[in-house]
Amino acid sequence: MKKTLIAAVCGVALLAGTAGWADNSKIVLDGSTTVGPIAKAFAEYYMGKHPEVNITVSESGSGNGAKAIINGTADIGNLSRRMKEEEFDAAKAKGVDVIEHVVAMDALVIAVHPSNPVKGLTKDELKQIYIGEITNWKQLGGPDMKIVVISRDTNSGTYETFQLLVTKSDRVTDKAEYVGSNGAVRQRVLTTAGAIGYVGLAFTEGLKSLPVNDVEATEETVNDKSYPISRALYMYTNGEPATGTPLADFVNLYKTDDGKKIISEQGFVPVK
Amino acid sequence: MSEARSLMLSKKASRRRRLASLAGQSLLFLVTSLSSVAVLFIFIFIAKDAIPFFELRGFREFFSSTQWYPSHRPPEFGALAIFFGSAIVTLGAALVAVPLGVLAAVCLSDVLPFNLRQIAKPVIEMLAAIPSVAYGFFALVVLAPLLQTRGGGALSLVLWAVGVPVSILLVIVLGEMAGERFPEKVRRPVTFLAMALLGVAALAGLLRAASFLNDLKIASGANALNASLILGIMALPTVVSVSEDALQAVGRDLRMASYALGATRAETLLRVIIPAAVSGIAAAVILGIMRAIGETMVVWMASGNAAQIPQPWFNFLEPIRTLTATIAGDMGEADQVTGSARYHVLFAMALCLLVFSFLCNVASEWIVARTRRRMA
Repeated sequence: MKKTLIAAVCGVALLAGTAGWADNSKIVLDGSTTVGPIAKAFAEYYMGKHPEVNITVSESGSGNGAKAIINGTADIGNLSRRMKEEEFDAAKAKGVDVIEHVVAMDALVIAVHPSNPVKGLTKDELKQIYIGEITNWKQLGGPDMKIVVISRDTNSGTYETFQLLVTKSDRVTDKAEYVGSNGAVRQRVLTTAGAIGYVGLAFTEGLKSLPVNDVEATEETVNDKSYPISRALYMYTNGEPATGTPLADFVNLYKTDDGKKIISEQGFVPVK
Repeated sequence: MSEARSLMLSKKASRRRRLASLAGQSLLFLVTSLSSVAVLFIFIFIAKDAIPFFELRGFREFFSSTQWYPSHRPPEFGALAIFFGSAIVTLGAALVAVPLGVLAAVCLSDVLPFNLRQIAKPVIEMLAAIPSVAYGFFALVVLAPLLQTRGGGALSLVLWAVGVPVSILLVIVLGEMAGERFPEKVRRPVTFLAMALLGVAALAGLLRAASFLNDLKIASGANALNASLILGIMALPTVVSVSEDALQAVGRDLRMASYALGATRAETLLRVIIPAAVSGIAAAVILGIMRAIGETMVVWMASGNAAQIPQPWFNFLEPIRTLTATIAGDMGEADQVTGSARYHVLFAMALCLLVFSFLCNVASEWIVARTRRRMA
């Protein structure tokens, strides 16, 4: 996908070059690897509709996303957290007027096998499971069955989110199994009686999703922030982009129906 | 004298010819050296990126700690459990592939009738043509759930299938051997008695082991057993093919000579053909092992990828993580932070794999050379 994107970008660049388009048809995004998939999907969608616009998406982490917007090296900074006070101050000092756009919510649904009778977990119990303190469903009022802990690979933004919101500074148990995608987590949990895993909200079909702290993960609970394993994903721009420019169109894509569909497809929750 | 003179080339023609031959030789030399240079360059470039890891973190943690938390803060790069994982699935794969493969090769080369062999060999070699991701998919979607739901039953079934013929063979051979120690008069009843005793013991052992396996609950089907089975099947065509070639190379005259001396087929196989082909068989085993240790996709999908040393260590029903799967799985993240220990640690692993394959290769060459010398 990355390759086709690069190819597309090159093609568009060539086209733009021959047509003599000005700089305003170029959009540069940098930042979080979690927001990256949304940004890339948006870029693909937008360039499909406006082949004259050239969009590049880099994924160098939230910190670099903030730096890029402060230093003006990118038009949009992608962050999987809010900008810190120091970053706001640094931006102000450089005369950059940062505008925050919450483009989507990232929520992780805790999924177990449909036959598992456990009704729900607290966030602390979840942490205990993942750091290896709780190892049997018996300890949670379920049947005498070993818990098979399934995690995303340490490579993924999903793992990063889970680590940030649940396990925090503790290490995930060395008995945890790692798989490479949301779909693979679903596959493993669906076929393993004792399994527990975490997936994006769009990947729960056929699984039993457990409420955390008695809150069921739905678009509503994620949006009103009552669901505990969720966070907002941000895009930052320098000033509110002028309406009608490609940048304004692009950054407001998340408000459109197509944009919401793209966000769901990537496993995130659109903002209400 | 005059005839010899007419055969001599003129000085010019001779020089041209020498030049042409030199050009041809150097072209061929270039083509051959290209592949060896490629190997050398791979070695150099991997080593170049592996050495900074040891400079950053030293050797101790990497080779002695089992704590693999590369994206934790602070990161930990203890790869012992991962080395162990690679070793144990390779051992498992060898346990599957070597007996099956060598027996199949013997069967193909000396037991099956010719026309059956013409069908069986290509079918076994077909196994090598299946892409590894298809094996991995099978492991994840079919074998893992099967192990979870009917694992114990399936394992005891395998035990019966393997155990019954092996124990019958053992009972007969050991019974005969026991009988031969006694005088002619009592030989028959003693042999019979020994066989009966051994048979009962074997049956009891099998029953106990089967009931143990039957009661086994496998929590997760993505484990070392799953990966070993699939890797074993993947290594099978290599082992079969190379050992069969080795057995064939022994030659018809040796077989004929053995039969002419009155040896039975079993004696010919065990005492003449297999010993003569043992270097080729050893090379086949090493090639099979290299196939298993280098495989990535299947272990990434089937082994569970948990960086732990199971308790006890030979527990094949626990998930494990291998070097190849770690390199493949962590490459994306490492890409983001080129130059960090997180990036270089993967090259350190690749270097270890490379050194291991290199040693395997050298070992197989050495075995082949040694037996060739002994035969001569």
